[in-house]
Amino acid sequence: MTTIADYVGKSAVDNVRAAIDAARNSENFHALLSLTEERALERAARVDSGEITGRLAGVPFVAKDNFLTFGSTTTAASHILEDFHAPLQATAIEKLENEGAICIGKANLDAFAHGGSTENSAFGPTLNSVDQTRVAGGSSGGSAVVTALGIVPFALGTDTGGSIRQPASFNGVIGVKPTYGTVSRYGVVAMASSTDTIGCFTTNAADAELVMDIMAGQDTSDMTTLPDFFTPTDAKAQQKIGIIKESLTDDVDPQVVTRINEYVATLKDAGHVVEEVSLPMLKYALAIYYIIVPAEISSNLARYDGVRYGKRADASTLTGLYGQSRDKGFVTENKRRIMIGSYVLSSGYFDAYYLQAQKARTLLINEFNKLFETYDVLISPVSPTPAFKLGENVADPVKMYLEDIMSVPPSLAGLPALSVPAGKTNDGLPIGVQLIGQRRSDAQLLALVRSLEGEK
Amino acid sequence: MTTTITQDDVLHLAQLSNLQLADDEIAALQADLGNILGYVDQLAELDTTGVDPTYQVTDLENVSRDDVVQPHEANREELLKLAPEQANNQIKVPKVL
Repeated sequence: MTTIADYVGKSAVDNVRAAIDAARNSENFHALLSLTEERALERAARVDSGEITGRLAGVPFVAKDNFLTFGSTTTAASHILEDFHAPLQATAIEKLENEGAICIGKANLDAFAHGGSTENSAFGPTLNSVDQTRVAGGSSGGSAVVTALGIVPFALGTDTGGSIRQPASFNGVIGVKPTYGTVSRYGVVAMASSTDTIGCFTTNAADAELVMDIMAGQDTSDMTTLPDFFTPTDAKAQQKIGIIKESLTDDVDPQVVTRINEYVATLKDAGHVVEEVSLPMLKYALAIYYIIVPAEISSNLARYDGVRYGKRADASTLTGLYGQSRDKGFVTENKRRIMIGSYVLSSGYFDAYYLQAQKARTLLINEFNKLFETYDVLISPVSPTPAFKLGENVADPVKMYLEDIMSVPPSLAGLPALSVPAGKTNDGLPIGVQLIGQRRSDAQLLALVRSLEGEK
Repeated sequence: MTTTITQDDVLHLAQLSNLQLADDEIAALQADLGNILGYVDQLAELDTTGVDPTYQVTDLENVSRDDVVQPHEANREELLKLAPEQANNQIKVPKVL
Protein backbone atom coordinates (compact mmCIF):
# COMPACT_ATOMS: atom_id res chain seq x y z
CA MET A 1 0.00 0.00 0.00
CA THR A 2 1.13 3.56 -0.60
CA THR A 3 0.54 6.94 1.02
CA ILE A 4 0.04 10.37 -0.52
CA ALA A 5 3.48 11.41 0.76
CA ASP A 6 5.04 8.73 -1.49
CA TYR A 7 3.94 10.78 -4.56
CA VAL A 8 4.24 14.41 -3.50
CA GLY A 9 7.23 16.23 -4.96
CA LYS A 10 7.96 13.50 -7.54
CA SER A 11 7.52 13.69 -11.30
CA ALA A 12 3.76 13.62 -11.92
CA VAL A 13 4.27 11.88 -15.25
CA ASP A 14 6.26 9.14 -13.51
CA ASN A 15 3.58 8.87 -10.80
CA VAL A 16 0.82 8.49 -13.37
CA ARG A 17 2.78 6.03 -15.51
CA ALA A 18 3.57 3.91 -12.44
CA ALA A 19 -0.08 3.90 -11.34
CA ILE A 20 -1.32 2.96 -14.81
CA ASP A 21 1.29 0.18 -15.10
CA ALA A 22 0.24 -1.12 -11.69
CA ALA A 23 -3.41 -1.01 -12.78
CA ARG A 24 -2.61 -3.00 -15.95
CA ASN A 25 -0.64 -5.57 -13.96
CA SER A 26 -3.64 -6.08 -11.67
CA GLU A 27 -6.30 -6.45 -14.34
CA ASN A 28 -7.19 -9.93 -13.03
CA PHE A 29 -8.86 -8.27 -9.99
CA HIS A 30 -11.25 -6.41 -12.33
CA ALA A 31 -11.15 -3.40 -10.03
CA LEU A 32 -11.18 -0.82 -12.85
CA LEU A 33 -13.69 -0.39 -15.65
CA SER A 34 -11.65 2.17 -17.62
CA LEU A 35 -8.40 4.10 -17.56
CA THR A 36 -8.18 7.83 -18.23
CA GLU A 37 -4.60 7.52 -19.44
CA GLU A 38 -4.47 10.23 -22.09
CA ARG A 39 -6.05 12.94 -19.95
CA ALA A 40 -4.05 11.86 -16.89
CA LEU A 41 -0.72 12.11 -18.70
CA GLU A 42 -1.68 15.45 -20.20
CA ARG A 43 -2.52 16.82 -16.75
CA ALA A 44 0.64 15.26 -15.28
CA ALA A 45 2.75 17.13 -17.82
CA ARG A 46 1.06 20.38 -16.75
CA VAL A 47 1.89 19.59 -13.11
CA ASP A 48 5.52 18.90 -14.00
CA SER A 49 5.74 22.17 -15.93
CA GLY A 50 4.48 24.05 -12.86
CA GLU A 51 1.23 25.13 -14.50
CA ILE A 52 -0.89 23.08 -12.06
CA THR A 53 0.00 23.23 -8.37
CA GLY A 54 -1.67 22.31 -5.08
CA ARG A 55 -1.65 20.08 -2.06
CA LEU A 56 -2.10 16.95 -4.21
CA ALA A 57 0.03 18.03 -7.17
CA GLY A 58 0.84 14.94 -9.23
CA VAL A 59 -0.90 12.49 -6.88
CA PRO A 60 -2.86 9.83 -8.80
CA PHE A 61 -6.28 8.63 -7.65
CA VAL A 62 -9.21 6.54 -8.82
CA ALA A 63 -12.89 7.49 -8.79
CA LYS A 64 -15.79 5.07 -8.51
CA ASP A 65 -17.47 4.93 -11.90
CA ASN A 66 -20.57 6.75 -10.66
CA PHE A 67 -18.65 10.07 -10.49
CA LEU A 68 -18.96 12.08 -13.70
CA THR A 69 -15.45 12.61 -15.04
CA PHE A 70 -13.79 13.63 -18.28
CA GLY A 71 -11.34 11.33 -20.03
CA SER A 72 -13.42 8.14 -20.17
CA THR A 73 -16.95 6.85 -19.82
CA THR A 74 -19.08 7.10 -16.67
CA THR A 75 -21.09 3.87 -16.63
CA ALA A 76 -22.29 3.35 -13.04
CA ALA A 77 -21.37 -0.27 -14.00
CA SER A 78 -24.64 -0.45 -15.93
CA HIS A 79 -25.52 -1.31 -19.51
CA ILE A 80 -27.75 1.71 -19.90
CA LEU A 81 -24.79 4.08 -19.32
CA GLU A 82 -22.21 1.80 -20.95
CA ASP A 83 -21.21 4.41 -23.55
CA PHE A 84 -22.02 7.55 -21.55
CA HIS A 85 -19.47 10.37 -21.76
CA ALA A 86 -20.13 12.96 -19.07
CA PRO A 87 -20.59 16.56 -20.25
CA LEU A 88 -19.32 17.89 -16.89
CA GLN A 89 -17.31 16.72 -13.88
CA ALA A 90 -18.51 16.13 -10.31
CA THR A 91 -17.72 18.93 -7.86
CA ALA A 92 -15.62 16.49 -5.79
CA ILE A 93 -13.48 15.68 -8.85
CA GLU A 94 -13.10 19.37 -9.73
CA LYS A 95 -11.97 20.19 -6.18
CA LEU A 96 -9.34 17.44 -6.21
CA GLU A 97 -8.14 18.50 -9.67
CA ASN A 98 -7.87 22.09 -8.45
CA GLU A 99 -5.34 20.79 -5.90
CA GLY A 100 -3.37 18.99 -8.62
CA ALA A 101 -4.65 15.44 -8.10
CA ILE A 102 -4.88 13.27 -11.23
CA CYS A 103 -7.66 10.76 -11.86
CA ILE A 104 -6.17 7.72 -13.61
CA GLY A 105 -9.24 5.51 -13.91
CA LYS A 106 -12.76 4.56 -12.93
CA ALA A 107 -13.50 1.82 -10.43
CA ASN A 108 -15.97 -1.03 -10.67
CA LEU A 109 -19.11 -1.06 -8.51
CA ASP A 110 -22.43 -2.80 -8.17
CA ALA A 111 -24.58 -1.34 -10.95
CA PHE A 112 -25.93 2.02 -9.74
CA ALA A 113 -24.27 1.20 -6.39
CA HIS A 114 -26.97 -1.36 -5.59
CA GLY A 115 -25.21 -4.11 -3.71
CA GLY A 116 -22.66 -5.18 -1.15
CA SER A 117 -20.24 -7.30 -3.14
CA THR A 118 -19.63 -5.69 -6.59
CA GLU A 119 -21.19 -8.87 -8.02
CA ASN A 120 -24.07 -6.76 -9.37
CA SER A 121 -21.76 -4.93 -11.79
CA ALA A 122 -23.05 -5.38 -15.34
CA PHE A 123 -19.42 -6.02 -16.31
CA GLY A 124 -18.50 -8.73 -13.78
CA PRO A 125 -17.36 -8.71 -10.15
CA THR A 126 -14.21 -7.26 -8.59
CA LEU A 127 -12.09 -9.80 -6.70
CA ASN A 128 -10.96 -9.32 -3.12
CA SER A 129 -7.44 -7.89 -2.83
CA VAL A 130 -6.37 -10.62 -0.36
CA ASP A 131 -8.24 -13.70 -1.63
CA GLN A 132 -9.38 -13.85 -5.25
CA THR A 133 -12.08 -16.44 -4.45
CA ARG A 134 -13.84 -13.85 -2.30
CA VAL A 135 -15.80 -10.68 -2.97
CA ALA A 136 -14.32 -7.21 -2.83
CA GLY A 137 -17.34 -5.97 -0.93
CA GLY A 138 -19.48 -3.22 -2.29
CA SER A 139 -20.78 -1.28 -3.75
CA SER A 140 -17.45 0.62 -3.96
CA GLY A 141 -15.49 -2.63 -4.31
CA GLY A 142 -13.15 -1.47 -7.08
CA SER A 143 -12.12 1.66 -5.18
CA ALA A 144 -11.27 -0.38 -2.06
CA VAL A 145 -9.22 -2.88 -4.05
CA VAL A 146 -7.13 -0.33 -5.99
CA THR A 147 -6.26 1.32 -2.66
CA ALA A 148 -5.45 -1.98 -0.95
CA LEU A 149 -3.27 -3.09 -3.89
CA GLY A 150 -1.29 0.15 -3.75
CA ILE A 151 -2.21 1.17 -7.31
CA VAL A 152 -3.12 4.63 -5.96
CA PRO A 153 -2.86 6.16 -2.47
CA PHE A 154 -6.53 7.10 -2.36
CA ALA A 155 -9.78 6.44 -4.17
CA LEU A 156 -13.27 7.91 -4.11
CA GLY A 157 -16.44 6.07 -3.29
CA THR A 158 -20.07 6.69 -2.45
CA ASP A 159 -21.74 5.33 0.69
CA THR A 160 -25.51 5.09 1.00
CA GLY A 161 -25.75 2.25 3.53
CA GLY A 162 -22.18 0.98 3.85
CA SER A 163 -20.82 1.08 0.31
CA ILE A 164 -17.50 2.61 1.37
CA ARG A 165 -17.17 1.11 4.85
CA GLN A 166 -17.89 -2.53 4.03
CA PRO A 167 -15.43 -2.89 1.11
CA ALA A 168 -12.85 -0.97 3.18
CA SER A 169 -13.37 -3.55 5.93
CA PHE A 170 -13.10 -6.47 3.46
CA ASN A 171 -9.81 -5.16 2.01
CA GLY A 172 -8.04 -3.73 5.07
CA VAL A 173 -8.03 -0.01 4.25
CA ILE A 174 -9.60 3.06 5.85
CA GLY A 175 -13.05 4.00 4.56
CA VAL A 176 -14.64 7.38 5.32
CA LYS A 177 -18.39 7.95 5.17
CA PRO A 178 -18.81 11.56 6.25
CA THR A 179 -21.72 13.35 7.89
CA TYR A 180 -24.61 13.62 5.42
CA GLY A 181 -24.13 16.88 3.50
CA THR A 182 -20.34 17.19 3.99
CA VAL A 183 -19.34 16.74 0.34
CA SER A 184 -21.28 17.98 -2.67
CA ARG A 185 -23.00 15.25 -4.66
CA TYR A 186 -23.28 17.37 -7.79
CA GLY A 187 -22.21 15.24 -10.74
CA VAL A 188 -22.52 11.91 -8.93
CA VAL A 189 -25.11 9.34 -10.01
CA ALA A 190 -27.92 9.54 -7.44
CA MET A 191 -29.12 6.45 -5.62
CA ALA A 192 -31.01 7.31 -2.41
CA SER A 193 -30.91 11.04 -1.90
CA SER A 194 -31.63 11.09 1.84
CA THR A 195 -28.58 8.93 2.68
CA ASP A 196 -26.15 9.23 -0.29
CA THR A 197 -22.73 10.51 0.77
CA ILE A 198 -19.32 10.87 -0.88
CA GLY A 199 -16.16 9.77 0.84
CA CYS A 200 -12.78 8.15 0.32
CA PHE A 201 -10.51 5.17 0.81
CA THR A 202 -6.99 5.71 2.13
CA THR A 203 -4.25 3.73 3.84
CA ASN A 204 -3.87 6.07 6.82
CA ALA A 205 -5.87 8.66 8.74
CA ALA A 206 -3.78 11.70 7.79
CA ASP A 207 -4.38 11.07 4.08
CA ALA A 208 -8.11 10.77 4.72
CA GLU A 209 -8.06 14.08 6.61
CA LEU A 210 -6.35 15.79 3.67
CA VAL A 211 -8.68 14.34 1.01
CA MET A 212 -11.81 15.13 3.04
CA ASP A 213 -10.54 18.64 3.80
CA ILE A 214 -10.27 19.25 0.05
CA MET A 215 -13.59 17.67 -0.95
CA ALA A 216 -15.76 19.00 1.89
CA GLY A 217 -17.71 22.24 1.69
CA GLN A 218 -20.90 23.95 0.72
CA ASP A 219 -21.80 23.93 -2.99
CA THR A 220 -24.56 25.97 -4.56
CA SER A 221 -25.02 23.11 -7.05
CA ASP A 222 -26.03 20.78 -4.19
CA MET A 223 -28.43 22.52 -1.81
CA THR A 224 -28.13 19.67 0.72
CA THR A 225 -24.49 20.53 1.48
CA LEU A 226 -23.87 21.83 4.98
CA PRO A 227 -22.10 25.11 5.73
CA ASP A 228 -18.33 24.45 5.85
CA PHE A 229 -17.33 22.69 9.06
CA PHE A 230 -14.64 20.10 8.30
CA THR A 231 -11.28 21.18 9.72
CA PRO A 232 -8.58 18.65 10.62
CA THR A 233 -7.89 18.72 14.34
CA ASP A 234 -6.24 16.76 17.16
CA ALA A 235 -7.96 14.06 19.16
CA LYS A 236 -9.42 14.89 22.53
CA ALA A 237 -7.84 12.97 25.40
CA GLN A 238 -9.89 10.53 27.49
CA GLN A 239 -12.87 10.17 25.19
CA LYS A 240 -15.96 8.27 26.28
CA ILE A 241 -16.62 5.47 23.84
CA GLY A 242 -19.65 3.18 23.73
CA ILE A 243 -19.49 -0.28 22.24
CA ILE A 244 -22.89 -1.25 20.85
CA LYS A 245 -23.80 -4.55 22.49
CA GLU A 246 -26.44 -5.45 19.90
CA SER A 247 -23.66 -5.49 17.28
CA LEU A 248 -21.72 -8.28 19.01
CA THR A 249 -24.30 -11.06 19.20
CA ASP A 250 -23.83 -14.75 18.45
CA ASP A 251 -24.77 -14.07 14.83
CA VAL A 252 -21.47 -12.25 14.34
CA ASP A 253 -18.37 -14.20 13.23
CA PRO A 254 -16.37 -14.94 16.44
CA GLN A 255 -13.13 -13.74 14.84
CA VAL A 256 -14.78 -10.39 14.11
CA VAL A 257 -15.81 -10.12 17.77
CA THR A 258 -12.26 -10.95 18.89
CA ARG A 259 -10.69 -8.26 16.69
CA ILE A 260 -13.21 -5.64 17.83
CA ASN A 261 -12.46 -6.46 21.46
CA GLU A 262 -8.74 -6.07 20.74
CA TYR A 263 -9.42 -2.66 19.23
CA VAL A 264 -11.34 -1.75 22.39
CA ALA A 265 -8.26 -2.76 24.41
CA THR A 266 -6.13 -0.44 22.25
CA LEU A 267 -8.55 2.42 22.96
CA LYS A 268 -8.38 1.74 26.70
CA ASP A 269 -4.57 1.56 26.61
CA ALA A 270 -4.62 5.01 25.01
CA GLY A 271 -6.53 6.37 28.01
CA HIS A 272 -10.07 6.33 26.63
CA VAL A 273 -13.04 4.99 28.57
CA VAL A 274 -15.02 2.26 26.83
CA GLU A 275 -18.41 1.08 28.09
CA GLU A 276 -21.07 -1.21 26.74
CA VAL A 277 -24.13 0.66 25.43
CA SER A 278 -27.45 -0.40 23.97
CA LEU A 279 -29.01 0.59 20.65
CA PRO A 280 -32.25 -1.44 20.65
CA MET A 281 -33.40 0.01 17.30
CA LEU A 282 -30.40 -1.61 15.58
CA LYS A 283 -32.50 -4.71 14.92
CA TYR A 284 -34.98 -2.66 12.89
CA ALA A 285 -32.48 -0.53 10.98
CA LEU A 286 -32.16 -2.85 8.01
CA ALA A 287 -35.93 -3.08 7.55
CA ILE A 288 -36.18 0.73 7.70
CA TYR A 289 -33.36 1.02 5.17
CA TYR A 290 -34.82 -1.47 2.69
CA ILE A 291 -38.05 0.49 2.57
CA ILE A 292 -36.74 4.06 2.40
CA VAL A 293 -33.82 3.43 0.07
CA PRO A 294 -35.74 1.47 -2.61
CA ALA A 295 -38.44 4.17 -2.48
CA GLU A 296 -35.84 6.83 -3.25
CA ILE A 297 -34.18 4.59 -5.85
CA SER A 298 -37.44 4.11 -7.70
CA SER A 299 -37.70 7.88 -8.01
CA ASN A 300 -34.05 8.58 -8.83
CA LEU A 301 -33.78 5.87 -11.46
CA ALA A 302 -36.93 7.00 -13.28
CA ARG A 303 -34.66 9.31 -15.31
CA TYR A 304 -33.02 6.36 -17.12
CA ASP A 305 -35.52 5.86 -19.88
CA GLY A 306 -33.43 5.83 -23.06
CA VAL A 307 -34.64 9.26 -24.18
CA ARG A 308 -32.16 12.01 -23.31
CA TYR A 309 -29.02 9.93 -22.72
CA GLY A 310 -27.96 6.33 -22.26
CA LYS A 311 -28.68 3.30 -24.39
CA ARG A 312 -32.00 3.17 -26.18
CA ALA A 313 -33.78 -0.07 -27.06
CA ASP A 314 -35.20 -0.43 -30.54
CA ALA A 315 -38.95 -0.01 -30.12
CA SER A 316 -41.74 1.31 -32.30
CA THR A 317 -43.69 2.97 -29.48
CA LEU A 318 -42.61 5.32 -26.72
CA THR A 319 -43.93 2.98 -24.00
CA GLY A 320 -41.95 0.14 -25.50
CA LEU A 321 -38.87 2.32 -25.71
CA TYR A 322 -39.07 3.14 -21.99
CA GLY A 323 -39.88 -0.38 -20.86
CA GLN A 324 -37.31 -2.18 -23.01
CA SER A 325 -34.51 0.35 -22.51
CA ARG A 326 -34.95 0.00 -18.76
CA ASP A 327 -35.29 -3.78 -18.83
CA LYS A 328 -32.06 -4.17 -20.83
CA GLY A 329 -30.23 -1.31 -19.12
CA PHE A 330 -30.68 -2.41 -15.50
CA VAL A 331 -29.39 -5.53 -13.74
CA THR A 332 -31.74 -7.70 -11.71
CA GLU A 333 -30.88 -6.02 -8.39
CA ASN A 334 -31.75 -2.60 -9.87
CA LYS A 335 -35.14 -3.98 -10.90
CA ARG A 336 -35.76 -5.54 -7.47
CA ARG A 337 -35.10 -2.25 -5.74
CA ILE A 338 -37.11 -0.16 -8.18
CA MET A 339 -40.09 -2.51 -7.86
CA ILE A 340 -39.87 -2.65 -4.04
CA GLY A 341 -39.81 1.14 -4.13
CA SER A 342 -42.88 1.23 -6.34
CA TYR A 343 -44.60 -1.16 -3.95
CA VAL A 344 -43.91 0.71 -0.70
CA LEU A 345 -44.95 4.00 -2.29
CA SER A 346 -48.15 2.59 -3.79
CA SER A 347 -51.48 3.89 -2.69
CA GLY A 348 -52.75 1.54 0.01
CA TYR A 349 -49.26 0.49 1.16
CA PHE A 350 -47.69 3.92 1.69
CA ASP A 351 -48.70 4.30 5.36
CA ALA A 352 -47.83 0.74 6.35
CA TYR A 353 -44.39 0.77 4.75
CA TYR A 354 -42.94 4.14 3.76
CA LEU A 355 -44.49 6.30 6.48
CA GLN A 356 -43.93 3.66 9.16
CA ALA A 357 -40.26 3.42 8.11
CA GLN A 358 -39.80 7.20 8.31
CA LYS A 359 -41.28 7.19 11.82
CA ALA A 360 -39.09 4.27 12.85
CA ARG A 361 -36.16 6.24 11.45
CA THR A 362 -36.97 8.98 13.97
CA LEU A 363 -36.89 6.42 16.81
CA LEU A 364 -33.45 5.24 15.65
CA ILE A 365 -32.14 8.82 15.47
CA ASN A 366 -33.52 9.52 18.96
CA GLU A 367 -31.57 6.56 20.35
CA PHE A 368 -28.36 7.78 18.72
CA ASN A 369 -28.92 11.32 20.05
CA LYS A 370 -29.45 9.98 23.56
CA LEU A 371 -26.17 8.01 23.41
CA PHE A 372 -24.25 11.02 22.10
CA GLU A 373 -25.31 13.00 25.18
CA THR A 374 -22.89 10.74 27.08
CA TYR A 375 -20.48 9.30 24.53
CA ASP A 376 -18.09 10.88 22.01
CA VAL A 377 -17.84 7.81 19.77
CA LEU A 378 -19.77 4.57 19.28
CA ILE A 379 -18.17 1.44 17.93
CA SER A 380 -19.31 -1.79 16.31
CA PRO A 381 -18.05 -4.13 13.61
CA VAL A 382 -18.48 -2.78 10.07
CA SER A 383 -19.91 -6.08 8.93
CA PRO A 384 -20.83 -9.30 10.75
CA THR A 385 -18.40 -11.30 8.60
CA PRO A 386 -15.12 -10.96 6.74
CA ALA A 387 -15.29 -11.07 2.92
CA PHE A 388 -17.55 -13.90 1.80
CA LYS A 389 -17.06 -16.22 -1.16
CA LEU A 390 -18.00 -15.06 -4.66
CA GLY A 391 -21.50 -16.34 -5.41
CA GLU A 392 -22.23 -17.26 -1.79
CA ASN A 393 -25.07 -14.76 -1.26
CA VAL A 394 -26.18 -14.11 -4.83
CA ALA A 395 -29.23 -16.37 -4.78
CA ASP A 396 -30.66 -14.84 -1.59
CA PRO A 397 -31.10 -11.05 -1.67
CA VAL A 398 -32.18 -10.87 1.99
CA LYS A 399 -29.02 -12.72 3.10
CA MET A 400 -26.95 -10.28 1.04
CA TYR A 401 -28.78 -7.33 2.64
CA LEU A 402 -28.00 -8.67 6.15
CA GLU A 403 -24.31 -7.92 5.50
CA ASP A 404 -25.33 -4.23 5.81
CA ILE A 405 -26.99 -4.55 9.22
CA MET A 406 -24.33 -2.56 11.12
CA SER A 407 -23.48 -0.02 8.46
CA VAL A 408 -27.00 1.22 7.70
CA PRO A 409 -27.88 2.75 11.12
CA PRO A 410 -25.40 5.67 10.83
CA SER A 411 -26.55 6.24 7.24
CA LEU A 412 -30.19 6.57 8.26
CA ALA A 413 -29.19 9.08 10.95
CA GLY A 414 -26.80 11.03 8.71
CA LEU A 415 -23.88 10.34 11.06
CA PRO A 416 -20.19 10.16 10.12
CA ALA A 417 -18.76 6.64 10.32
CA LEU A 418 -15.37 5.18 9.54
CA SER A 419 -14.15 1.71 8.71
CA VAL A 420 -10.72 1.20 10.28
CA PRO A 421 -8.53 -1.91 9.87
CA ALA A 422 -8.66 -3.96 13.09
CA GLY A 423 -6.57 -6.97 12.15
CA LYS A 424 -7.22 -10.16 10.23
CA THR A 425 -8.79 -13.58 10.55
CA ASN A 426 -6.55 -16.65 10.96
CA ASP A 427 -6.78 -17.00 7.17
CA GLY A 428 -5.54 -13.45 6.65
CA LEU A 429 -8.88 -11.84 5.75
CA PRO A 430 -9.10 -8.20 6.88
CA ILE A 431 -11.64 -7.12 9.51
CA GLY A 432 -12.79 -3.55 10.05
CA VAL A 433 -14.06 -1.76 13.13
CA GLN A 434 -16.68 0.95 12.67
CA LEU A 435 -16.31 4.25 14.56
CA ILE A 436 -19.47 6.37 14.60
CA GLY A 437 -19.61 10.00 15.70
CA GLN A 438 -22.21 12.69 16.23
CA ARG A 439 -23.04 14.79 13.17
CA ARG A 440 -20.16 17.05 12.08
CA SER A 441 -17.63 15.24 14.31
CA ASP A 442 -15.86 13.80 11.24
CA ALA A 443 -12.54 15.52 11.92
CA GLN A 444 -12.55 14.34 15.55
CA LEU A 445 -13.15 10.73 14.45
CA LEU A 446 -10.26 10.83 12.00
CA ALA A 447 -8.02 12.47 14.60
CA LEU A 448 -8.81 9.67 17.05
CA VAL A 449 -7.85 7.06 14.45
CA ARG A 450 -4.63 8.94 13.66
CA SER A 451 -3.75 9.09 17.38
CA LEU A 452 -4.01 5.29 17.60
CA GLU A 453 -1.95 4.50 14.49
CA GLY A 454 1.31 2.87 15.44
CA GLU A 455 -0.06 1.75 18.81
CA LYS A 456 -1.12 -1.64 17.54
CA MET B 1 -42.52 -14.03 7.37
CA THR B 2 -43.47 -14.00 3.72
CA THR B 3 -45.68 -11.45 2.08
CA THR B 4 -47.59 -13.04 -0.75
CA ILE B 5 -46.75 -11.44 -4.06
CA THR B 6 -48.62 -12.83 -7.03
CA GLN B 7 -47.50 -12.89 -10.63
CA ASP B 8 -50.08 -10.18 -11.31
CA ASP B 9 -48.50 -8.07 -8.56
CA VAL B 10 -45.12 -8.40 -10.25
CA LEU B 11 -46.55 -7.36 -13.60
CA HIS B 12 -48.38 -4.43 -12.02
CA LEU B 13 -45.23 -3.24 -10.23
CA ALA B 14 -43.26 -3.64 -13.46
CA GLN B 15 -45.78 -1.47 -15.22
CA LEU B 16 -45.64 1.17 -12.48
CA SER B 17 -41.84 1.05 -12.79
CA ASN B 18 -41.77 1.25 -16.61
CA LEU B 19 -40.04 -2.12 -16.88
CA GLN B 20 -40.94 -4.56 -19.65
CA LEU B 21 -39.72 -7.70 -17.95
CA ALA B 22 -38.63 -10.73 -19.93
CA ASP B 23 -40.83 -13.75 -19.18
CA ASP B 24 -37.99 -15.69 -17.55
CA GLU B 25 -37.40 -12.93 -14.96
CA ILE B 26 -40.89 -12.88 -13.51
CA ALA B 27 -40.89 -16.02 -11.36
CA ALA B 28 -37.58 -15.18 -9.64
CA LEU B 29 -38.65 -11.58 -9.01
CA GLN B 30 -41.93 -12.82 -7.55
CA ALA B 31 -40.04 -14.92 -5.00
CA ASP B 32 -37.43 -12.22 -4.24
CA LEU B 33 -39.94 -9.42 -3.74
CA GLY B 34 -42.02 -11.65 -1.43
CA ASN B 35 -38.96 -12.45 0.67
CA ILE B 36 -37.78 -8.82 0.87
CA LEU B 37 -41.23 -7.54 1.83
CA GLY B 38 -41.50 -10.41 4.31
CA TYR B 39 -38.32 -9.17 5.97
CA VAL B 40 -39.31 -5.50 6.15
CA ASP B 41 -42.78 -6.43 7.44
CA GLN B 42 -41.23 -6.68 10.94
CA LEU B 43 -41.55 -2.89 11.23
CA ALA B 44 -45.28 -3.40 11.73
CA GLU B 45 -44.57 -4.58 15.30
CA LEU B 46 -43.09 -1.15 16.26
CA ASP B 47 -45.38 1.29 18.06
CA THR B 48 -44.89 4.63 16.31
CA THR B 49 -47.96 6.38 17.67
CA GLY B 50 -47.28 10.11 17.89
CA VAL B 51 -43.80 9.85 16.31
CA ASP B 52 -42.97 12.38 13.60
CA PRO B 53 -41.50 10.95 10.40
CA THR B 54 -37.93 11.88 9.39
CA TYR B 55 -37.60 12.74 5.71
CA GLN B 56 -34.15 14.31 5.75
CA VAL B 57 -31.23 14.68 8.14
CA THR B 58 -29.54 17.95 7.16
CA ASP B 59 -31.16 20.22 9.78
CA LEU B 60 -31.33 22.69 6.87
CA GLU B 61 -34.58 24.30 5.83
CA ASN B 62 -35.66 26.16 2.72
CA VAL B 63 -32.21 26.64 1.21
CA SER B 64 -32.41 29.14 -1.61
CA ARG B 65 -30.08 31.17 -3.77
CA ASP B 66 -30.51 34.44 -5.61
CA ASP B 67 -32.61 34.03 -8.72
CA VAL B 68 -29.82 34.87 -11.14
CA VAL B 69 -29.06 32.91 -14.28
CA GLN B 70 -25.73 31.12 -13.92
CA PRO B 71 -23.59 29.94 -16.81
CA HIS B 72 -23.35 26.16 -17.14
CA GLU B 73 -20.23 24.35 -18.24
CA ALA B 74 -22.12 22.00 -20.57
CA ASN B 75 -23.65 23.68 -23.62
CA ARG B 76 -26.74 22.83 -25.63
CA GLU B 77 -24.87 21.00 -28.40
CA GLU B 78 -22.96 18.79 -25.97
CA LEU B 79 -26.13 17.86 -24.12
CA LEU B 80 -28.03 17.15 -27.33
CA LYS B 81 -25.21 14.87 -28.50
CA LEU B 82 -25.91 12.61 -25.50
CA ALA B 83 -29.34 11.72 -26.85
CA PRO B 84 -29.53 8.45 -28.82
CA GLU B 85 -31.43 10.19 -31.66
CA GLN B 86 -31.73 13.86 -32.58
CA ALA B 87 -33.40 15.86 -35.32
CA ASN B 88 -33.67 19.63 -35.83
CA ASN B 89 -31.87 20.43 -32.59
CA GLN B 90 -34.31 18.31 -30.64
CA ILE B 91 -34.38 14.84 -29.12
CA LYS B 92 -36.26 12.41 -31.35
CA VAL B 93 -38.50 9.64 -29.99
CA PRO B 94 -41.00 7.18 -31.54
CA LYS B 95 -44.55 8.42 -31.98
CA VAL B 96 -46.50 8.76 -28.75
CA LEU B 97 -49.96 8.01 -30.12
